[in-house]
Amino acid sequence: MQTNPVIKLAEIHKVYHTGEVDVHAVRGITLEIFPGEFVALMGASGSGKSTLMNMIGALDRPTGGNYLLDGIDVSTLDRDALADVRNEKIGFVFQGFNLLSRTSALENVEMPMLYHRHRIHSREQRERAMHALELVGLGSRADHHPNQLSGGQQQRVAIARALVNQPSLLLADEPTGNLDSQTSIEIMGVFQKLNDQGITIVMVTHELDIARYTRRNVILRDGVIVSDTAVASRLNAEMELQQLRAAQQAVKLAS
Amino acid sequence: MRIFASLKIAGRALRRNKMRSLLTMLGIIIGVGAVIGSVSLTTGATKQVEDQVASLGENVVTVFSGNFTSGAMRGGWGSAPTLTVEDAKAIAQLPHVLAVSPEVRDREQILANGLNWNTQVMGESPDYPQIVNRTITSGSMFSDQDVRSLAKSAIVGKTVVDQLFPGENPLGETLRIRNIPFQIVGVLTPKGFNLFGQDQDDIVIVPYTSHMHRITTRTFLNDILVEASSDKDIVQAQNEITDLLTTRHRSKEPDFTVRNQADLMQRVSESSRTMGFLLAGVAAVSLIVGGIGIMNIMLVSVTERTREIGIRMAVGARGADILVQFLIEAVTLSAIGGSIGIASGMTFSWLIASLKDWPTVTPSLWIVIAFISSTIVGIISGFYPAWKASKLDPIDALRYE
Repeated sequence: MQTNPVIKLAEIHKVYHTGEVDVHAVRGITLEIFPGEFVALMGASGSGKSTLMNMIGALDRPTGGNYLLDGIDVSTLDRDALADVRNEKIGFVFQGFNLLSRTSALENVEMPMLYHRHRIHSREQRERAMHALELVGLGSRADHHPNQLSGGQQQRVAIARALVNQPSLLLADEPTGNLDSQTSIEIMGVFQKLNDQGITIVMVTHELDIARYTRRNVILRDGVIVSDTAVASRLNAEMELQQLRAAQQAVKLAS
Repeated sequence: MRIFASLKIAGRALRRNKMRSLLTMLGIIIGVGAVIGSVSLTTGATKQVEDQVASLGENVVTVFSGNFTSGAMRGGWGSAPTLTVEDAKAIAQLPHVLAVSPEVRDREQILANGLNWNTQVMGESPDYPQIVNRTITSGSMFSDQDVRSLAKSAIVGKTVVDQLFPGENPLGETLRIRNIPFQIVGVLTPKGFNLFGQDQDDIVIVPYTSHMHRITTRTFLNDILVEASSDKDIVQAQNEITDLLTTRHRSKEPDFTVRNQADLMQRVSESSRTMGFLLAGVAAVSLIVGGIGIMNIMLVSVTERTREIGIRMAVGARGADILVQFLIEAVTLSAIGGSIGIASGMTFSWLIASLKDWPTVTPSLWIVIAFISSTIVGIISGFYPAWKASKLDPIDALRYE
């Protein structure tokens, strides 16, 4: 590929100084992710994938190495600059959805725009939030509160929130961890649709079958990359869903 | 700074916890309410006293004759015969003097209508009502001509009328003072008791010349009432009088005293200032207590909303955004609490005023002070929790359960 990478990690290290023992969570990771990629970061717990995810997400700074996000050297930025990078360049999707309770879906989606460096007019905020919700198929649920939505719908709201500032990177940390298998496939369908539109997605997961919906699997162990392969037989969420529904229908007819 | 957004977020957060917000505000509400209420009541009372003092005649300067000393016995002010009618006439010529009334006083047993009554008989000039802020209800004041002719005219107060002419019109009737018949030419508008508990309507006023030559035969005055040309000129008038009398009396020691109503006024305002300091102390204590309540709740709120703070930081909120959000919440709580306190304090004092018929005045300065200080309390008590929130690590905050 000729284009510049969205993520360019060079010899990234992260050492936690906790008590007497230094924990070397990430030990020299070099990785490039290009626009339009859909990457699954995989590994067992303790493999350093969450630490790596936090650094990619500009929530944390590496203790060694360089990290260029969209050409910006994130490893040297201060707290406020990191906050701005998160706001403009990165959209987060979490395992636990992390929506604000007692706040409507629309207001949840509007939230990142409140912290934009340039003030966005409230009417524009509303329009963009509405558009993002429609993109994930929840346009009709804009005024619902999280407790009135199913897990899958909540995760869609979270995805809409992640997209609303048009980031160069969508980061998902175990996005299907709290969902049943059918809803998981639905969410992967949303991600695949977004990826088809050119959005770069990096997803942390430990579920192999979920990783098969992505285009590239990076496997970590003990803070280093042990495998980096393109997905050979990529699953299509829409087709899987159709099969699943047909199977359910068959069960119903049989009984 | 994204103040507007923070304001919106804070408003939402407070509305979400209505009961808690109200209880948090209660400390401030009660504190501010109590202060505004008591300030209104004391200011009203002070104002009433000040009005009474003012009604004695605000621009009045009184000249007392010196004290009389005989051997080891010393008389009080006015006991020494040093002030003369000529002194009074000379004072009347001074530039900052508007009116003068030479005053002679005596208690006399008076007779009329077959009844008798012991009362204060005062010799005054026709300017007397103007100087002491009194008016004549019926009839009219005696004139300068009456003074010159030692007229046997008298003005009476309401108490005297009630005692000697119960239920009758005293105008034109005759009154005997030391068996000398005086004709009643006017009745004073009732004024009630003064600050010292004296009945200001229990008097008979006659021309000072008549008093000095017909009733008592004396050549010296008890005192001289002087009205300065304006309240700003009181001190100047006082100095002029002192200089004039010092030259006229050619005495080494001043044998007279000059005093004004402003002295009394000053004493009244001094006591109200003491009251003000006391109230400010109470206010400070109650605001501190209210502030502690706000700080407590804000700390709870920050802990409770750690995850929310993490989410906000993850999507790009800076530390300053979080700080401002929580600070605004605290300030909103205290400012709304302060406003409710002001309103309830005013309502309370108004209720007292209408039930008990006490005068109440809520000074706008205190309203401003109450509002500003409750806002400042919000800033101070909200700062630490807000600062704590802004220093959270986004990763830890997101993981917080």
